[in-house]
Amino acid sequence: METSSVADYQIPDELLYTQEDEWVRREGDEVLIGVTDFAQNQLGDIVFVELPEVGGTTEAGAPFGTIESVKAVSDLFAPLTGEVVAINEALEDQPEQVNESCYTDGWLIRLRPGDPEELEGLLDATTYKQSVSDRDQ
Amino acid sequence: MADGAGVPRQDEAGALRRTALHATHAELGARLVPFAGYEMPVQYSSIKEEHEAVRERAGLFDVSHMGQVQLRGKRAIAAAEELVTCPVSTLAVGQARYGLLLDESGGCIDDVMLTRVADDALFFCVNASNVEPARDWIRERAGANVKVEDRSSATSLLALQGPSARTILASITAEETPLPKRFRVARCDVAGLRVLVSGTGYTGSPGFEIYTANKDAVGLWEALAAAGEDHGLLPAGLGARDTLRLEAALPLYGHELGRDTDPFEAGLDRFVKPLDSRFIGADALTERANAKDPRRLVGFEMIGRGIARADYEIVVDGDVVGRVTSGAPSPTLGKSIGLGYVPRSMSEVGTRIDVRVRKNDVEARIVETPFL
Repeated sequence: METSSVADYQIPDELLYTQEDEWVRREGDEVLIGVTDFAQNQLGDIVFVELPEVGGTTEAGAPFGTIESVKAVSDLFAPLTGEVVAINEALEDQPEQVNESCYTDGWLIRLRPGDPEELEGLLDATTYKQSVSDRDQ
Repeated sequence: MADGAGVPRQDEAGALRRTALHATHAELGARLVPFAGYEMPVQYSSIKEEHEAVRERAGLFDVSHMGQVQLRGKRAIAAAEELVTCPVSTLAVGQARYGLLLDESGGCIDDVMLTRVADDALFFCVNASNVEPARDWIRERAGANVKVEDRSSATSLLALQGPSARTILASITAEETPLPKRFRVARCDVAGLRVLVSGTGYTGSPGFEIYTANKDAVGLWEALAAAGEDHGLLPAGLGARDTLRLEAALPLYGHELGRDTDPFEAGLDRFVKPLDSRFIGADALTERANAKDPRRLVGFEMIGRGIARADYEIVVDGDVVGRVTSGAPSPTLGKSIGLGYVPRSMSEVGTRIDVRVRKNDVEARIVETPFL
């Protein structure tokens, strides 16, 4: 395994990102949210994901669930305020999907954002790449 | 993860220390973390993968951060006899035994592996997080005619664990120096290096711990890695070491053991010689053993959805009755397991308990240990 560099992490150009290593994909007036390749790599083997109830709400910057690796429990921070319209139930039995396909099958929640302006505050791929590069050792 | 309970050992500058294998770990792409004052590999590829390698084939660990305190002299055996809970005078030369160092109140200073290397010499292998307290305790109480030497910094220690460990090690060990049996040690010629091979381990799988001089550590690691390649040997870090020992229900100092726990609470009765023998803590243990409803360490598995972690509360009928000391998902069992203290009256196998996981009380059940 070679030393990590930004080039080793997938950071799709079409997504938006947060400093807490989440990605946001716009799909009409809903968004899909997950954790990035850098995040899943840092966490290690994911063994448990705790997600909010469908119909619940999220508040930008506040925890909306937890993601657990073998060794540790980490909070998931909501990138946006909104209503949870769907959660990825497959993660209950297959939490490792987050490691294996964090941008597709490993998605976490689908949200209807309450404040479209909040999307402006998210990072684009270039900015996120820099953030990863700054933090990666 | 074992968070290195106790004062971390660091050099004068406060920087983390490194074992002789640091460069090797870095080359292998290990994730290095601070542990007991050292920079140690927590994983190389993935904890699950490394754990599975040990259970099914073999894994190679650098545990050089652990300490070795040697006792030599006419009174070495007698001195050790008074310091630990296990019998010492009956240890044969070349034999190893597990025991506990207790203080006068019966609380645990460290759990140790004792190895007798000569008629008048033995050494304690002590936890990395406890080297200074254990060494100082031993030094203060060993008495006259015993030379106490801290060999920790001069010694590297590798652990080769798994069903293929013996085959791999034998393939590079000279025939004239055969490998020892379980709980025995032998001086062997491994890949042309003189090492002390111990038939011990901390994973619950068969295997060896190999003591060597620091200058030979890299050579030894590389020889083992090469010999193990065709057997699917993987380097394994502290993350896997913790999940493996948890499945084997082996206690970890700072979690199941501490100054406020005695060996009986921790279920280690069989490592305590009769209380009328003279050893530090014997009197206190007699009193503690008479307590009305002492704590008892139990193993449990999660039934509901949730992972138990150290320091989570254990709840029965809505009341907090104890605490989790270690917990994690078990890669081999495919379920979450843990160890924790409950009152002895509630410790029977099959008892339903709840573990408070953040805001929810999640169902669990006390099971037999070891878990495998």
